[in-house]
This record gives sequence, structure tokens and C-alpha cells, in this order.
Amino acid sequence: MPEHDGAATEHDRVAPEPGGGQFGGDVDSGFAGPAEAGPSDEWRRVSPKYVMVEVIGSLIGMVVFVGAALVVHFLWQQQWALWAAAVIGVVSIIGIAFEPRRVRSIQYRLRADDLVFRRGIMFQRQVAVPYGRMQLVDITRGPVARALGLADLKFVTAAAATAVTVPGLPMEEADRLRDELVALAETRRAGL
Amino acid sequence: MSAPARPAPVVSLADGEWHRLHPASPLLRGGLVFIAVLGFVIANLRERVVDFFLVVFAPETRDDLGGRYEGWQDDWANDPIGGIVTHGLVGWALLGVVVVLVVVIAAFWLSWRMHTFRVTPEAVEVRSGILFRSHRSARLDRIQGINVTRPLFARLFGTAKLEVSVAGQSANVQLAYLGSALADLLRADVLRLASGVRAEKAAAAAAAAGPVADGADATGPASAAALATEPTVQAVPGAPSEPVAPGQPARTPVASRAGALVGQRVDEFLAPELDPELAAPESVVRLPLGRVIGSTLLGASMIWMLALVGIIVVGVATRQTWLLFSFVPAAIGVVSYTWSRITKSLRYSIAGTPDGVRIGHGLLSTANQTIPPGRIHAVDVTQWVFWRPFGWWSIRINVAGTSISNANEMAQRTLVLPVGTPADVHRVLALLLPDATADVEPFVDAGLMGKGADGGYAAAPRRGAWLRPFSWHRIGWAAASGVALIRRGALVRSLTLVPLARMQSVALSVGPIDRWLRLAGVRLHTVAGPVSAVLPIVDRGEAERLFERLAEEAVDRAASDTTHHWGATGHEPPVASSTPETPRPTVAADQTGADHVG
Repeated sequence: MPEHDGAATEHDRVAPEPGGGQFGGDVDSGFAGPAEAGPSDEWRRVSPKYVMVEVIGSLIGMVVFVGAALVVHFLWQQQWALWAAAVIGVVSIIGIAFEPRRVRSIQYRLRADDLVFRRGIMFQRQVAVPYGRMQLVDITRGPVARALGLADLKFVTAAAATAVTVPGLPMEEADRLRDELVALAETRRAGL
Repeated sequence: MSAPARPAPVVSLADGEWHRLHPASPLLRGGLVFIAVLGFVIANLRERVVDFFLVVFAPETRDDLGGRYEGWQDDWANDPIGGIVTHGLVGWALLGVVVVLVVVIAAFWLSWRMHTFRVTPEAVEVRSGILFRSHRSARLDRIQGINVTRPLFARLFGTAKLEVSVAGQSANVQLAYLGSALADLLRADVLRLASGVRAEKAAAAAAAAGPVADGADATGPASAAALATEPTVQAVPGAPSEPVAPGQPARTPVASRAGALVGQRVDEFLAPELDPELAAPESVVRLPLGRVIGSTLLGASMIWMLALVGIIVVGVATRQTWLLFSFVPAAIGVVSYTWSRITKSLRYSIAGTPDGVRIGHGLLSTANQTIPPGRIHAVDVTQWVFWRPFGWWSIRINVAGTSISNANEMAQRTLVLPVGTPADVHRVLALLLPDATADVEPFVDAGLMGKGADGGYAAAPRRGAWLRPFSWHRIGWAAASGVALIRRGALVRSLTLVPLARMQSVALSVGPIDRWLRLAGVRLHTVAGPVSAVLPIVDRGEAERLFERLAEEAVDRAASDTTHHWGATGHEPPVASSTPETPRPTVAADQTGADHVG
């Protein structure tokens, strides 16, 4: 995670990039976009180790479903179950193959007044949340993520649809980001 | 009718002291449950109970009952009443019922004793519970709306339920029930406190005038008291020209406008708020009965009704009794929904008051909702296809604090205009978005009926027809004076307005097909409610500009928004304070009107 060492101290007066969204472009090159502003106002990625969390999650899911399908097949002699197992396995493995790229697509950026989060390669989604809208910041850690020293940081606004969760942050990074966001939200407090 | 704990003439409930609810309230609250339980018992054991009473109290009818009477069996599990009769335990059973009743009544009384509330300048607090005490407090500046409902049952007792909704799921503070006039008084007090008007003197004067039941009497002493306490304020220059303004007190010299507001508020407090039944503010919309019934009959629920009737007829014709059993309850549900919709649309009124929009409706059970300024997160004007020949529209809103769990109640609270003409829509929008009315106005008609680039909307590109073959030409957006307008829908036409000052976040999404067609979708996130502000199709580049613009403007608008203390003088610097009547100065206020990407 060498990208986010400059931990955002003077984010206040940082002008957003002109034109803003290089969202349209290739996600991988998006990170290297024009960042003429301070060190904080640039796209940051989550830890590459987060790939492991996703892969293990996918593997567990795959094992469970394939196992269930195989059980159905061997116990009840259902031919379709074998096919289902094969399909699930192939789809999961393809998914796992794309996992590093998917994780690289998860990026966030602290702009002057809002946080922009984006992710996805097939279904891309980009959300901008003004700091003042934050109701609370939530840090959660799953078992695998904890073993890798990672944590998920979730922003909760009054709208459930906002659904911004930055996964796979190194623990100290998550803590720092949380404090930073709380402080930012405090200075830009808006009503509901 | 006042509680024994306090002196008989109740002055004002918003004096910071603890008060009790109306003595009949446990009965009114528990009564519904009681009736529900009774209804359940009767529905399930009707015949048995009838037979039971006949057998017990009129044994001579046994013979008339004939074959049915054979049914008394010693079968506790399936037939407890039969068990009681056959074991000769009738007396014990009745005794048990009496004991249960006594316990229930005692519990009701205790819960009434323990249920107290108070209104302080900061919060509305309620303490309740017998074994498990709960203390709930709602901060006044977070109030999202105040509802005064008078169910038929409660109306008979001259009581009303006052509900203070605050943001958060089922976080509402309910005062059920209060005396009818007291509830109206309390609502006015709470709104006055919440508006941030810092004039305790005025409050005291108004409160002193409170016990008088009719407003005309009270005006004299109230203004007299105000004059006596703060004589110097009259000399403040530049006070607004309202006649009441000079007589009203104000805390600080700069607060002459607040003085006017206080005057307004005291007037409001004394006149229309006192009893909306007597002096209702002028409603801007009239709903003729014919339109209410017609719109309901042509509503979407009618489709369900017809489908259900069809299924039932088929069921009868083919003697498939299970069809009847499964669909008759649904049909009953639809009928009762339709009926409640009609009755709730009767005597509908919507009016603007200085403390927000007030919506009232109901014939037998009345409800009265006040939404303070700046609490409306999204507005949706929709027209179902069958309403199109008549030009009927309905308006729904998103407000924070409506409970999702109670879908029926939420549907009712968020339906601001059940059915109205385009002229009604204009008037209601003017109430809902008072700050932006002038700028939004020109976009409304094109938003309702237009398509393509009509009326200055940025239309979706033609290739959007691949994704939305019917509605692509309707899809478009515009922005004016901090309000985003999204026009869409062919079968159900819809125009969604989102005040950016209250938008929570904005999302841009691109799926694989979108990317292939160089399209994108933009979604404005607001608090939960029936309105979802989605622009399904936009040109990709335009979507990115729109995204940036919405994100930026949302921040600006939120920063300059002061509506949470709509009458405040104490919390904000005087320059920043704004009243609902005056458009507030904002960064982008002058670039409105033709303010859209073409």
C-alpha cells in the first residue's frame, strides 16, 4: 500500500480536478490521472492484500455450493447436480481470476468537500458523498481480513442507497481515515 | 378532563414541566388491541362462542341447535370452549375473564400514571413503561414533521394523537392521547420552539394566553404583556410592515425580522393553529368527491381488483374452492384499501403556514400533518396511464423519519396530493419547495407532459431506446436553483424533484450494455421513501459532468441551507438567517433559469 502514505493533512483547500471524472477511462490508468492538487486529493487504492480476502471468500462459497451439488448428485443420483457443480466451479474460478483486477478497481478519493468512491469493472459504480452528510463511520473486520491486518470502512448516510464501503484498508489506515472523516464531517456539518 | 396531577386549567404543555397524557389514553391505545383480540377470538370461535352462550344462558334452545350441538366434545386442544362446557367450568372461565380484565385495566391505569412527557426548548421527552422504563427524547432541531391524528374512536373522546417524527427508523415520539385542543396548542409550541425563535418572552406571553379556549380573547393580554415587558424594541428601525411587528418582543436589536416572525407566530398560534377545525388556513387545492372516487377507480389498485375478481369468478365457475379461499381475503384487502383511500382523500387540505406545509385529510378519522421547511428530501409527481385522459397527477414526497415497517402509514404520510390537476401540482410544488419555486416553475409543465428537449430539459440520446424502448424520449433532466428535476416514464409518467441541499450522495453507474451504448445511469440518493430519484439513461460524458455538478452543488447548497432553524436568529449570524419567505442568497442563485446542460 505505498499509495496512501501521504495521509491527507491539508485536504481543506484542495481544488478538485478540472472536469473531475476520469471515471470513464480505463480503471487501471485512472489512478495515474492528473493530480496537480495536494497529496490527499488523488485516487487511492485499497491494499492489494485484499485480493486474498476476496479469493478466500469466493473459494469458501465455491466449495460450499459445489459440495452441496456433489452431495445431491451422489446421494440422489441427479445428473443435473453434476452440471450445476461444474458451472459453479468454472464461474467461481473465472471470478477468482479477475479478482486482482476487481480489487484494483476499488478506489477512493478525498476531495475538498466530498469523498468519491468507485469500484467495479463490468458494473462500474461511482459515488460522491459530501462529508457533511455522514451520519457515522463504521469499521468492521472479518476473520480473514483480521488475519491479514485489514479492515472495512463503511460510511453511513441518511440514505441507505449510498452504500459506500471501502474494503481492505490496512488497520491503521482505516483508523486514520475514520478520524479524518469524522473531523471533516464535523467542520462541514450539514443538517439531515 | 385534565390529569389530576396538575392544576385544572392547563396553561401550556410546552413549559418544560412533566405532564401526563389524557386519562382516557390507555383505553384508547389498549382499546384497539383489545378490540383486535376480541375480533380475532370472534373470527375464530364465532360459532362456538355463540353456541356457548346459548347453551349456558338459554339451555332451552339446545333442541333448536339440533345437530350442531352434538359438537361439544371433550377436546381441549381443538375446542377449548367445548372443553369448558363439558367439564362444567363455566363459572371459573368467566371468573378468569374478569380477573384478566381487572389486571388489564390496572395495568392501563399504571401505565397512564407512569407515562409522562415534557417539552423543553431543546427537546420533546417522553418517559413511559412500568417494569421497563424508557426515556425517549427527540431534539427539536431534528424534527421532521408533526402529525396530529384523530382516529374516530379518539375523536369521540375529544382527544388527538400527536406524533413528533424525527429522523431514524421508528424513532418517533408519540403522545397518545392528548386533549384535542391541547394537541393543537402543543404542536404550535413545539414548532415555535423548533423554529429557533429565541423569544421566551413571547412564548411566555403566548403561554399565558393559552388557557383561554378562544383565540380572540387572548390577543389583548398577550400583546399587552409583550408591550409591557419589552417596550424598547418598538423603536427598531426597518421593521417589516406587518401591523403586529412593532408590538412583539425580540431579544436582540438586530432581530427585528425575528420580531416580525414572532409576531406572525403568535398570531398563528392564536388564530389558525388553535383549532384547525374552526379556522383552517386556506387550502390551495380542492378535491371534488367525483375526482377522488374516479381516480381511485382508475388507479392501479383497480387492476388488482379486477384480476382478483376474475380469479374468484373462475374459481366459482370451476368449483375450485381453494381459489376462493386464497383470493377472497386479498380481494377484501383491496376493497378496504380502496375505501380507506377514498375516505382519507375526503376533506383533504394543503396549506402553507410559516412553520411549514400543513396537510390535513380524513372524514371520520382525521389526520393533520405539518412538515417544517427544509424537511422534504424528494418530490415525485406521477401520473398513471389511466389518469392521463383526465390530466390527474399525484404527488409523493420523501421525508426522513417515516417508518418503513408500517407501510400503510408511510404511504399515507408521504402522499401529499392524492390526485390533482396540473394547476394543483404547481400550487403544491410552490408550497413544497418555497425557495426555488420561481426557478423551478418553468420546468414543471415540460417535466410533466413534455419529451425530448422540450422546455429546456437535457434529453436522453436516441440510442437509449435500446434500453428503454418506450420511455427513452421522456427521460431527461434539468436543474434550477438547487433543485434537480428528473423526467421519466411513459406508462407511469413521473417528474422527480430533489432539493440538492438535502441530497445525501450521488452515484453514477455503468453496466456492460451502458458502456457499449456510451450511456450511464445517475442516481440521487435521498432518505428512504417512496421516491427514488433515478435518471436511468444519460449520455456517458454528460453523466460525468452531471455527477460532478451535482456533487459540487450539493455541498454548496447544504452549506448555505439554514432551514433546520427556519426562524432562527440566535444560532446563525443574522446575515445567514433566512426565512422561508425570502429566497436565500446562494452561490448559484443568479445562474438559474436556463441552468442546464442542453
